[in-house]
Amino acid sequence: MNNTALKDEILLQVEKPARYIGNEINAVMKDRNKVAVRFAMCFPDVYEIGMSHLGIQILYDMFNRREDVWCERVYSPWTDLDKIMRQEKIPLFALESQDPVKNFDFLGITIQYEMCYTNILQILDLSQIPLLASERTQDDPIVIGGGPCTYNPEPIAAFFDIFYIGEGETAYYQLIDLYKTVKNSGGSRKEFLLEAAKMPGMYVPMFYQTEYNEDGTIKAFYPIAEGVPETVRKEIVMDVTDTYYPEKPVVPFIKVTQDRVVLEIQRGCIRGCRFCQAGQIYRPVRERDVETLKEYAVKMLKNTGHEEISLSSLSSSDYSSLQELVNFLIEECARKKVNISLPSLRIDAFSLDVMSKVQDVRKSSLTFAPEAGSQRLRDVINKGLTEEVILQGAHDAFVGGWNRVKLYFMLGLPTETEEDIRGIADLCNEIAKLYYETIPKEERKGKIQIVASTSFFIPKPFTPFQWSPMNTKEDFIDKAYLTRSAIMTQLNQKSIKYNWHEADVSMLEGLLARGDRKLSEVLLKVYQKGCMFDAWGEMFKNDIWMETLEECGIDLSFYTTRERELDEILPWDFIDCGVTKTFLIREWEKAQNAQGSPNCRVQCQGCGATVFQGGVCYENQN
Amino acid sequence: MKIRIKFSKTGVMKFIGHLDMMRYFQKAIRRAEIDVTYTGGYSPHQVMSFAAPLGVGLESQGEYFDIEVNSMLNCEDLKQKLNSAMSDGIEILSVKILPDDAGNAMASVAAAKYKICFRKGYEPDGNWQQILQAFLEQDCIMVEKETKKSKKEFNLKPYLFSWEIIDNSVILTVDASSSGNIKPSLVFHAYAVSQELTLSEFALQVTRLETYTSKMEDGKQIFIPLDEIGYTA
Ligand code: SF4
Repeated sequence: MNNTALKDEILLQVEKPARYIGNEINAVMKDRNKVAVRFAMCFPDVYEIGMSHLGIQILYDMFNRREDVWCERVYSPWTDLDKIMRQEKIPLFALESQDPVKNFDFLGITIQYEMCYTNILQILDLSQIPLLASERTQDDPIVIGGGPCTYNPEPIAAFFDIFYIGEGETAYYQLIDLYKTVKNSGGSRKEFLLEAAKMPGMYVPMFYQTEYNEDGTIKAFYPIAEGVPETVRKEIVMDVTDTYYPEKPVVPFIKVTQDRVVLEIQRGCIRGCRFCQAGQIYRPVRERDVETLKEYAVKMLKNTGHEEISLSSLSSSDYSSLQELVNFLIEECARKKVNISLPSLRIDAFSLDVMSKVQDVRKSSLTFAPEAGSQRLRDVINKGLTEEVILQGAHDAFVGGWNRVKLYFMLGLPTETEEDIRGIADLCNEIAKLYYETIPKEERKGKIQIVASTSFFIPKPFTPFQWSPMNTKEDFIDKAYLTRSAIMTQLNQKSIKYNWHEADVSMLEGLLARGDRKLSEVLLKVYQKGCMFDAWGEMFKNDIWMETLEECGIDLSFYTTRERELDEILPWDFIDCGVTKTFLIREWEKAQNAQGSPNCRVQCQGCGATVFQGGVCYENQN
Repeated sequence: MKIRIKFSKTGVMKFIGHLDMMRYFQKAIRRAEIDVTYTGGYSPHQVMSFAAPLGVGLESQGEYFDIEVNSMLNCEDLKQKLNSAMSDGIEILSVKILPDDAGNAMASVAAAKYKICFRKGYEPDGNWQQILQAFLEQDCIMVEKETKKSKKEFNLKPYLFSWEIIDNSVILTVDASSSGNIKPSLVFHAYAVSQELTLSEFALQVTRLETYTSKMEDGKQIFIPLDEIGYTA
C-alpha cells in the first residue's frame, strides 16, 4: 500500500474519499524503479463514471501486460477536492502509485463526449502540465487523446500532442517502443512526435495547418512537416477474439455506474442508422467468438466477485450466437447467483423469454427506441423499426406480464414536420390502448406506465447527417412543448409520462461536435472562468459559454444551424474511418427521399469499410 | 452453518464506509468461492450480519460479521481462502463456527474498546491527561445529543465502562449496543466543551481495538470478544 497523495484531513473532508485512494482489487502495482515507461490513463470525469468505462479497462490490462510499462488510472477530482488541490497546490496524482501525473511519460485521455472538454483542461491544469501543447517542454508527459470524439479532434487540437484515431489495441505497443528508442538515443520531444506522426492512426496536430475562407469555412488543411501524411486512417482490430481483454478488471470499493462484469460481444453495428456516429465509425461489425466469451464470463466473475454480468455492444440482438451465449449465461449465473442484465435487445419472442427468466417482470420495463414518431421519418433516419413491430412486441410483453414501457425519440431530425412530432404522442397512445385491449380488466396488475423521452438531434461527423443543419434552441423548445401538448390531448394521457433533455447543452454539444480549431480559444476561456463538469446539469453554466462565444467572435449558428455544402472541406475530412464520403452523400440523399437502406447482412451498401478486409463484409465469402 | 468472521481494517481502507464494506465482502466471498447461503428471489443476496458499523476514518483491529455457509472444509481453510481475496488493509483474523442458538453479530454487540489519540499538532495544551482523567472520574457527565427532532441532555457516565490513559493515548471501553451506541468522539467532545476547548473534526485518531458481547458469569455481567462464543473446527 502506498502512502496517499492526500493527507487524512483532506480525505476526510471530501465526499467519497474512496475515489482517490486506489488500492482496489485487481489494481496493478509495480515497482516504479523497474519500469521504463509510466502511462497515466485518464477518463476525464468523476471516478464512478470513469471506472465504468470498458475501454480503459482493456487498455489498462494491455499496457500492464508489458513488464516495462506501468499503466495507472486518473479521474477528475470532484469540485470539492478540486478546490483544495488548487489552494494547496497539490499536483494531480495517479491512483496506483499516488505519484504526480506530471512525472509520467504519457498522459492518455479517453474522450467519450464533447461536454467533457473542459474537464480535460482541469486534468491538465491540476497536473501542472501546460494546457497548450505548444508550451510543453521535454519534462512534460506526452498528452495523447483517444475515443470517439477524436473523429473530430479539431476543437481540442491545441491541447493534445497526439490523437490516436481508432481502437487502442493495435498500435500502442509500437508507439511505446518508438518512445523508448527516441528517449534512449537522447532524442527530443519534437523528434518523437514527428516519428509518431508517421505511424498509422496517429494524428499530431502541431504538424498540420488550417487556412480559412473569408466566410469562416476551411480553405485548406495540410501537413507542414516532411513525411507527415495528409490523411490519417483509423486503427482497427480485425480479430476481436484473439486480442487483449481484461480477465481481471479492477473492482471499485464504491458503487459505480457500471458495477458489473461487462462482456463486449462485438464491435460495430450492421444497422446504419443515419444519426448514429458509432454505427459508422466502428464499421465493419466484428464478432467475438462465443466460446471465448463464455470463458471470459466465467473467469471475470471469479476474479471480480461481481454479482452481475452485462453484455455490451451497439445492438446485441444482431450478434449471431446470442442465443447460445445467453443460454449459457442463464445456466451459469443461476448456479452462481449472478444477475444478468441485457441492454440493447430488440423486443421479440426470444428476448421476452430471456428477460422473463432473468428479471422480475413486474419491476422491469420494456424499452423501445423508435427515435422518430412516424414511419416516414424513421425511413429518413434509417431506423428499421416499424409501428407494427413495436405493437407486436408490446402485445407479447403485456401478455407476459409487463406493464411498463420506455420509449426513446429524437426531436429536430432532418425533414421533421409537426405531423412527425404528433406521431410520438399517437404511438404512445396506441401502446396504452393496446394494453387495455389486450389485458382484461381483472387480469391487470395496475395501470400501464409509459415513459416517453426525447433528446435533441445533434448532427455528428462521419454520419450521413454531417451536413445537416441543427435546429435552433428555440425550435427545440417549441418542439418539446408541441410533443407535450400532443401527449396531453391523447385519450390515455394519464398513462404517459414525458421527459425531455435540456436544449442549452445540446446546442453546445452541437457546436463542439462539428467545430474546428477556432474553438480551442473558447474552451480555454470558459475553463478559466470556472466551467467544468458541463455534462453534469447542475454544474453547467450556459451564460458563461454564451458570453465567451461572443467575446471570441464565434457565431454559434455557423457551427450548428447552418447547412453545409457537400463540397465544403469539413474539419474532420483528413481522417479516414473507412466509410467513404461518396457513401455518406448517397445516404444523405436517400434520407431526403425517405428511402431506407438495408443492413450489412441483408445487402452490403458499399460503404467503404471493406478496406479493412474482414468482419461482416466478408462473412459469407470463404 | 453460521460462521463468525473477525477482521482488521487499517491504512487507506479506513476511508471505505460501512455499506461499501458490506459490498466488498460480498464480492470477496464470491472471489474466494465460499459455499455461502443465499436468499431466494430474483436478486439473491448473501445472508450476512455485521456487528457495529465503523465510521469512515476509523481503523479497527476487531471487526466482525456473520455469514451462513452450506459447506466448508474447516475454519482455517475458510480463513485462508478469504485472506487470499482481500485487498491491502483488510485481514481476516479468525473464523469461528457459531452455536445454533447464538444471536447474530449485530444483535450481540454490547461494548467496544477504542484507542484514541490526538493527531500531531492537535494535542491540547498543558497536562490534558490529568484533566481528562478527572473529567472521566466524575459521577455524572452530562452531554448534549442531537436527535432528529430535538437536542437532549443525557448522562454519559453509565455508558463508559472503563478507561485508561497511557502516554498520549486513551483506551476507552464504551457501550456499543443498539440502545446506547456511544461514539468515542462524543466523550472527547464533552471533555472539550467542559474545558472550553474547540476540538477540530480531525483532531482525533481512533482505532477500534475490540468489539464485545456480554454474558453473565457468577451473577455478574462480563464482556467477551464477539468470537469467543464460537469454536473452530
Ligand atoms: S462494406 Fe458493406 S458490409 Fe461492410 S460495413 Fe460497409 S455496408 Fe456493411
